Amino acid sequence: MLFSEATTTSFFSLAPWLVFAPVIGLLINIIIGGRFSEKLIGAVASVASGATFIVSLLLAYSVWVGHGQGESIFLAEWIHVGSLSLDWTFRVDSLSTTMMLVVSGVGTLIHIYAIGYMHEDVRFKNDPSRFRRFFVFLNLFIAAMMILVSGDSYLMLFVGWEGVGLCSFLLIGFWFEMDTLARPSWANSNAAKKAFIVNRIGDLGFLIAGFLMFWYLGSLQFDEVFAAAPELADTQPGIIIAITLFLLVGVAGKSAQIPLFVWLPDAMAGPTPVSALIHAATMVTAGVYLIARSAPLYNLVEGAQSVVVIVGAATALFAATIAVGQYDIKKVLAYSTISQLGFMVAAVGMGAYVAGIFHLVTHAFFKALLFLSAGSVILGLERGHHLLAHAHNGGAADHDDEEEVRRTEPAEVFDPGDMRNMGGIRKTMPVTFWLYMIGSLALVGIIPFAGFWSKDEILLDASLKYPAVYWLLSTAAFFTAFYMGRQIWMVFFGTARHEAAANAQESPKIMTVPLMVLAGLSILGGLLNLPFKGFHNLGHWLEFTLGEVELLGLDPTVAGLSTLLALAAIFISWLLYGRVTLKQADRDPLKKPLGFVFTGMENKWFVDEAYKAMIVDRYTDVCRFLADVIDSRFWHDWFHEKLIVGTYNWFSNTGLNYYADQKIIDAFANGLGRTTKYLSASVRRIQNGFVRSYALSVFLGVVLILGYLILK
Amino acid sequence: MVPQDYYIALSAILFTIGALGVLIRRNALIIFMSIEMMLNAANLAFVTFANTYQHLNGRIIAFFVIAVAAAEVAVGLALIVAIFKSKHSIDVDQMSSLKG
Repeated sequence: MLFSEATTTSFFSLAPWLVFAPVIGLLINIIIGGRFSEKLIGAVASVASGATFIVSLLLAYSVWVGHGQGESIFLAEWIHVGSLSLDWTFRVDSLSTTMMLVVSGVGTLIHIYAIGYMHEDVRFKNDPSRFRRFFVFLNLFIAAMMILVSGDSYLMLFVGWEGVGLCSFLLIGFWFEMDTLARPSWANSNAAKKAFIVNRIGDLGFLIAGFLMFWYLGSLQFDEVFAAAPELADTQPGIIIAITLFLLVGVAGKSAQIPLFVWLPDAMAGPTPVSALIHAATMVTAGVYLIARSAPLYNLVEGAQSVVVIVGAATALFAATIAVGQYDIKKVLAYSTISQLGFMVAAVGMGAYVAGIFHLVTHAFFKALLFLSAGSVILGLERGHHLLAHAHNGGAADHDDEEEVRRTEPAEVFDPGDMRNMGGIRKTMPVTFWLYMIGSLALVGIIPFAGFWSKDEILLDASLKYPAVYWLLSTAAFFTAFYMGRQIWMVFFGTARHEAAANAQESPKIMTVPLMVLAGLSILGGLLNLPFKGFHNLGHWLEFTLGEVELLGLDPTVAGLSTLLALAAIFISWLLYGRVTLKQADRDPLKKPLGFVFTGMENKWFVDEAYKAMIVDRYTDVCRFLADVIDSRFWHDWFHEKLIVGTYNWFSNTGLNYYADQKIIDAFANGLGRTTKYLSASVRRIQNGFVRSYALSVFLGVVLILGYLILK
Repeated sequence: MVPQDYYIALSAILFTIGALGVLIRRNALIIFMSIEMMLNAANLAFVTFANTYQHLNGRIIAFFVIAVAAAEVAVGLALIVAIFKSKHSIDVDQMSSLKG
């Protein structure tokens, strides 16, 4: 019965379970997870995330069965004020289901991976009780991300937008009391705060865009906004430009574009599954989704589109150059993510929404793969390092005794993420090596890996519409291939530059199997949208939502040139890093030929320092001025102490106490007493004690009375 | 028959002498005698009018006054004796300890 009904109608009514499933998962872990084993906690969270994936699949199936007909599923009333009515409605169409599938699919794989990763991470960091908290946060993230991609209005999107921002903050600061090397410090929580605050700046842009929409278009619901926009574009195109540019500010914050990208590299302070899930595959792509979702607005204003393209392309190139100079395995990937997000933003900016979303999907596959493999490498080194620590102590230490591990740790601070400590890991961690290779080839864009197809589509679109941007992006792609080559040679080839790397151990199956799935997707992801007639699956799929899209074929020149550039870059990286085996103390081989340019790349072009000097310090100055002068001296000392307290004191001391009380009330009371005293003192004299004078008074009185009576 | 006005005049003279005596003299006994004189001046006026108007009330009042005067003398003399015992004087000007 249920089955037949489901096949004939659809699964649209399941949409709320996108959010309910992870929320139920996290509630279970919060309420009774304390008694669960780690495996059970991880299983609950993974099942919750997996349920979201299944719901996403069913929704996508329903859209497909309905020939792309999306649906809005009303869940609850939220705000009804005047003509404004905002409900919690789920929007299920081809674009949102694409995002749901990516988020929940990659998310579920990362949940499973995290069971293995966090098991070891919490032990190396010496606090196993935090295992449960991690999975609660992960499920919360999935729920928030689902709200984001399934929202039917800009407001619901914003709710999810803030929710994922919160999860990002919580997870970057997961080890909030230490730095990335587990030394006591506030470095991680500072990174979390940085991410949160920079995102707030972007969110302000989003909010202003929302206010403008409400004011000029009268609604925040997608369809109503898009329906009202063309008319406004005719009369007041400036407003549409303002809305789209303010949305771009939000995108720059969330998707780490110039000038707000600085938080993402620091966000690598979070555990690696977080870097993979939130800061590479899903949350940071929310900005790309937002622009694609707002396509009807952006299509109205070409000027705003150009700005988006320029921001995206500049970010792509800028971040790629920084990635060349990084030594931390995750930092390289972080800048690579920023760069790839630049590609996507540029793509959706030039109206190539399919290419942007396509790259978003493939990037989610291979960048999650790369991050998780990097996490595997880091843990492998950590394992080798601890093994050595035990060996140095005669192997007496017991593995189960966490205190023992802590105590026998060598005094030397070992950075398991520093590529200068690695080398030759392909022999010790072969599975991770091959997975990493697949991810790298996909990212670099070697045929037939997923990244090749998606990146080429962006490059082709750029070459047709914005030739200058095409060259920017091609250069960025060249750098991409170079820094990935550099990373591969430094990490996996050559000889170990640290004993820990020589003793690195392969990760368990629970970590590698999800990676193999991601690797499969990274290889085959291109099938989603091959540039041949009849294979534009994603293009046709998204057409349901975005309207007519241009479906491009394969341009041999563009594809050939980009492949050539990538191969050339890999060759150069081999010349520098692969041909000669690097020693531990060696300086980076690029340092000599590039000189100060490389110093700039190493130091992220001093963007953080510049921001600190230009904005943070100025901000602190303003704060200090406000605190010292305005608040302390003016507000507290003068206004409060002098004006209010002083007036009050004067009024109570002088006005009320001295004048009103002493001079009037007291004077009256005292005067009464004094008068009485004076009167009585004078009357007292009559009582002189001489009987005869009393008698005289009596006589006089009698005489007076008689006189009165007689003379009356 | 002596006219009534003469009695009244005598009564007034007696009363005035008594009053002056009370006011002027300092000896308590003399003051007492002066008071008696005033009472009897009043008595004289009472009986004079009683005789003139042939009415009994005036005479009765005179007897009352005599009785009251007797009682007064008894109390007054006792007081004077008591005062004399403590002060060794009956000068009324010295009895001024209740002066305000």
